[in-house]
Amino acid sequence: MPRSRKATSPQPTTGSVSLLIGTRKGAFILRGDRTRRTWKLSAPMFLGHIVHHLVLDPRDRRTILMAARTGHLGPTIFRSTDFGKIWKEATKPPAFLKVPEGQQGRVVDHVFWLTPGHMSQPGTWYAGTSPQGLFRSTDGGVTWEPFSGINDDPQYREWMGTVQDGTPDGPKLHSIIVDPRDPTHLYFAMSGGGVHESVDAGKTFVPLVKGLDIVEGFDPAVVTFHDPHCVRLCPSNPDRLYQQNHCGTYRLDRPSTTWVRIGKNMPKNVGDIGFPMVVHPRDADRAWVFPMDGSTVWPRVSPGGKPAAYVTKNAGKSWVRLDKGFPRTNAWWTVKRQAMTADAHESVGLYLGTTQGEIWASRNEGATWTCIAKHLPEIYSVEAAALRR
Amino acid sequence: MMAHIPSALRSYTAQQGEVEVEGATLAEAMVGLERRFPGIRFRIITEQDRIRPHIRIFVNGEQAQHLAAPVRPDDHIHIVCALSGG
Repeated sequence: MPRSRKATSPQPTTGSVSLLIGTRKGAFILRGDRTRRTWKLSAPMFLGHIVHHLVLDPRDRRTILMAARTGHLGPTIFRSTDFGKIWKEATKPPAFLKVPEGQQGRVVDHVFWLTPGHMSQPGTWYAGTSPQGLFRSTDGGVTWEPFSGINDDPQYREWMGTVQDGTPDGPKLHSIIVDPRDPTHLYFAMSGGGVHESVDAGKTFVPLVKGLDIVEGFDPAVVTFHDPHCVRLCPSNPDRLYQQNHCGTYRLDRPSTTWVRIGKNMPKNVGDIGFPMVVHPRDADRAWVFPMDGSTVWPRVSPGGKPAAYVTKNAGKSWVRLDKGFPRTNAWWTVKRQAMTADAHESVGLYLGTTQGEIWASRNEGATWTCIAKHLPEIYSVEAAALRR
Repeated sequence: MMAHIPSALRSYTAQQGEVEVEGATLAEAMVGLERRFPGIRFRIITEQDRIRPHIRIFVNGEQAQHLAAPVRPDDHIHIVCALSGG
């Protein structure tokens, strides 16, 4: 991994926050004011499209990319350079290389994850797909090419496994991370297929799965069996990563290559299974999770029907339950891996979208929660965006 | 020949439900369609040159199984979103 370099801790923001919301039936923008108390929902964009991710470009704070498909049509990416007023389709969406006639080639079912490139590389974006594929655009998302060679690497293809090794909605490549100090230092994760790191701008990747548990009875040395749900890098300390995995919550402090299971410190009746992982913009000891029921047949709902986030303020040594404002009982929803996020205000705002179409917000780092939108379609992703003024 | 476009794809054809295309095979017709309406082909045909799982293409009422199917200037091509959604 790269030698240690000084991290730049982002300064708190004070402006309004907008939430970019991807749902099973289209995209929405929920615009907030400076106080983050009043919210106004946009009309649906691309109503009926399955929108897995909607992401603002932090380099210009105007461009948004949208990963979309419909039930019938092939996957694509839409792009707006005016914060969602006008959209144009990518002229060359992510697609696997065509194989010679007679061979079985792969087909992108949907683009699942979008990550803007390094601040020093305007126009560069990365995309993760289902089935697992890694793609890059260097023209702002207009055209996309397979990136790094992993898509067709025999070893990586083995680690990607089959469709049966993926999620119920297909195997996915996600959590593409660019080290804010170094554009050549990259991470990504696959469900299934483990966490991977490159220190040479993607020319090569190596697995980073030591210390991670897998389903009982299998060999953790086999990368295929690893199922990271969400990996996040701390902006204030890019040598620290947090991960929500199929089998627990973890922290990794580089240069170590061994993940530490910090979820063991969660209450036993809640456990440390879930999908999202959220990090504090300025304090690398703080992170949030949203546990779900991963017992028996994996109900994938809030444990006991009682939704709650949990925060650690000491890098995972202990966790505090944050449920004030959430329904006290009989709330059988959960939060997908891209559907919980934070803003960068002094008192950090947290936002999550539920599988039942509600947006919940907290202006005080999770101490209290308020429902700020309801009756949306099933929510796949929520990103907090600070617009250019 | 005439290509009949389903409502899901008319954002590409300026809402036209019927458009003229040329070609000696279905594959060529799809290339011609893409030339006139950029982006439309990839929503119908995969990167491996296969008709997508939930799309059906009929030539004069007969379902085409592959893109090598020959077509003639007076044929009618119907691109249909399959009923797989219920």
